[in-house]
Amino acid sequence: MGRYVIRRLLQMIPVFIGATFLIFVMVYALGDPVAALFGDKAPDPATAARIREDLGLDKPLWQQYLHYMGNIFRGDFGTAFNGQKVTELMATAFPVTAKLTLVAIVIEIVVGIALGVVSGLKRGRPLDTSLLVLTLIVISVPTFVSGYLLQYLFGLKLGWVRPTVSTDAPLNELILPGIVLALVSLAYVTRLTRTSIAENARADYVRTAVAKGLPRRRVITKHLLRNSLIPVVTFIGADIGALMGGAIVTERIFNIHGVGYQLYNGILRGNTPTVVGFVTILVLVFLVANLLVDLLYAVLDPRIRYA
Amino acid sequence: MPDKTVEKVATATGEPIPAVATDAGPAATGKPRSLWSDAWHDLRRNPLFLVSAVLIVFLLVMAIWPSLFTSASPRDVENLARDFRQPPQWGHVFGRDWLGFDGQGRSIYARIVYGARASITVGVGVTVCVTILGTIVGMIAGYFGGWIDTLLSRMTDIFLGIPFLLGALVVLNTFEKRSVWVVILALAFLGWTQIARVARGAVITIKQADYVVAAKALGASTTRILMRHILPNALAPIIVVATIALGGYIAAEATLSFLGIGLTEPTVSWGGDVSTGRELLRIAPHVLIIPSVMVSITVLSFLMFGDAVRNALDPKLR
Repeated sequence: MGRYVIRRLLQMIPVFIGATFLIFVMVYALGDPVAALFGDKAPDPATAARIREDLGLDKPLWQQYLHYMGNIFRGDFGTAFNGQKVTELMATAFPVTAKLTLVAIVIEIVVGIALGVVSGLKRGRPLDTSLLVLTLIVISVPTFVSGYLLQYLFGLKLGWVRPTVSTDAPLNELILPGIVLALVSLAYVTRLTRTSIAENARADYVRTAVAKGLPRRRVITKHLLRNSLIPVVTFIGADIGALMGGAIVTERIFNIHGVGYQLYNGILRGNTPTVVGFVTILVLVFLVANLLVDLLYAVLDPRIRYA
Repeated sequence: MPDKTVEKVATATGEPIPAVATDAGPAATGKPRSLWSDAWHDLRRNPLFLVSAVLIVFLLVMAIWPSLFTSASPRDVENLARDFRQPPQWGHVFGRDWLGFDGQGRSIYARIVYGARASITVGVGVTVCVTILGTIVGMIAGYFGGWIDTLLSRMTDIFLGIPFLLGALVVLNTFEKRSVWVVILALAFLGWTQIARVARGAVITIKQADYVVAAKALGASTTRILMRHILPNALAPIIVVATIALGGYIAAEATLSFLGIGLTEPTVSWGGDVSTGRELLRIAPHVLIIPSVMVSITVLSFLMFGDAVRNALDPKLR
């Protein structure tokens, strides 16, 4: 187990370096941060050159990358062009998005798995078919569409919730945005659980459990569900990173000042330290979540052991 | 969606995909059919497939000849009063005021019709590019193995580590004017990983098959083995993933255009129209809702199509 974790952590290093370098190149090489600093006005060449030198932008790209990474490991994510420390931005943005993602994941797990189990056990019945069609429809509606429709319906028409979220983002205001963020994944969780349950429902161990007279509830939760969860857990693990990155749209619709909001503004204004810093953290979250998922396999299925 | 939607589509195919596409014909009927004719036999009887195929043909016609559907221009002001509050005239089917007007007095119906081209072109274009690129990478990695496989697989991991929507935002933001082709290239640059993984997996299974060993023993060249023996047999899972991903790319383009970093004027795009309709949400919600519904229907058609194709090509799901 310990050796497996260490091996996985070592494998993460090249991926981490590669992904951050790629994003670094895309942000720095493709865009011109100095021009972005000046907005629409053309900068005076001498001033531009001085700023470039101050920011170290005149050095070759790999040197800039090494310098940047060195700073990151000392906890210095640099300063956004408006003078605010990127770490300060992160300290306000990440808790908000983490809360939003948490709401979304909980909804996804509870509702998605419940619907999937019901659907999988009733395979081929009208309920199953209609749930399948429903999930297909939910998957086809892009987040920005469902976001506006639900905001319009519950926020403006019915007035059940505030259409936008206030600055400190209390949990009860994040429920609707959480649902919006979770919807597409929810449909996938339902479909994955259904397929898995329907497959395993015919397995020998389920027949054994039923035959030895276990109550139906126990067969489903202890035997069937536990064995069917592996593909679902894989999906949810990969989804944590996707949700945090994909929160851009949801945060924009509900005016939530989280990671997506900062990233969107950072990208539009060419605010490179913000963008690279935030994406670096997101890549880390993604990699760690995937590692945790792999470790969870062994918990779910004792047959899986890591040497 | 698109954002993550595309990544989602990737994981959705965690449901089993046929790795080796041989011997799929039903043994009971006596006369063996190939996987493809068997799939076609299945598809023709699947209502999901028929409905989605009709919708897709309709959308394709709309994308190719938009003037068949409306005489109004999507870019000209058709309503001088610019009265977006004027509700859709449901009675005037196919008229320029059928679906009402947007904030600039342009006919929403005309913009819906002309918007199909951008969506479909991006969806199909990205899928074609991604399939070619991903198949090449996946086949090389799977067939040659060793350090080539390690290198290519790590590269795939690196691209997978970057959130799709974020990567697309960063790349596209560097372009001042973003045409359909720029968007296609940017999405393809970030999206090939999924097909590469599927292709690699399929090739690894297939290269151990007897007919590949036999071809090698007969002295066939590597190119011939790859093109004549491996590729045709790896094609089924690749096509399944590609058709399902197509819908996701359409959603991704709409999301990017909605965020203002997708297609730019003068290209008419549904996502962009949703974005401009935002300010009118309180007074004239139809300006936002109509293009939103159009995007959803289009994505749904391609997803249903992909779902039907998967069910037909995957014998395990029967």
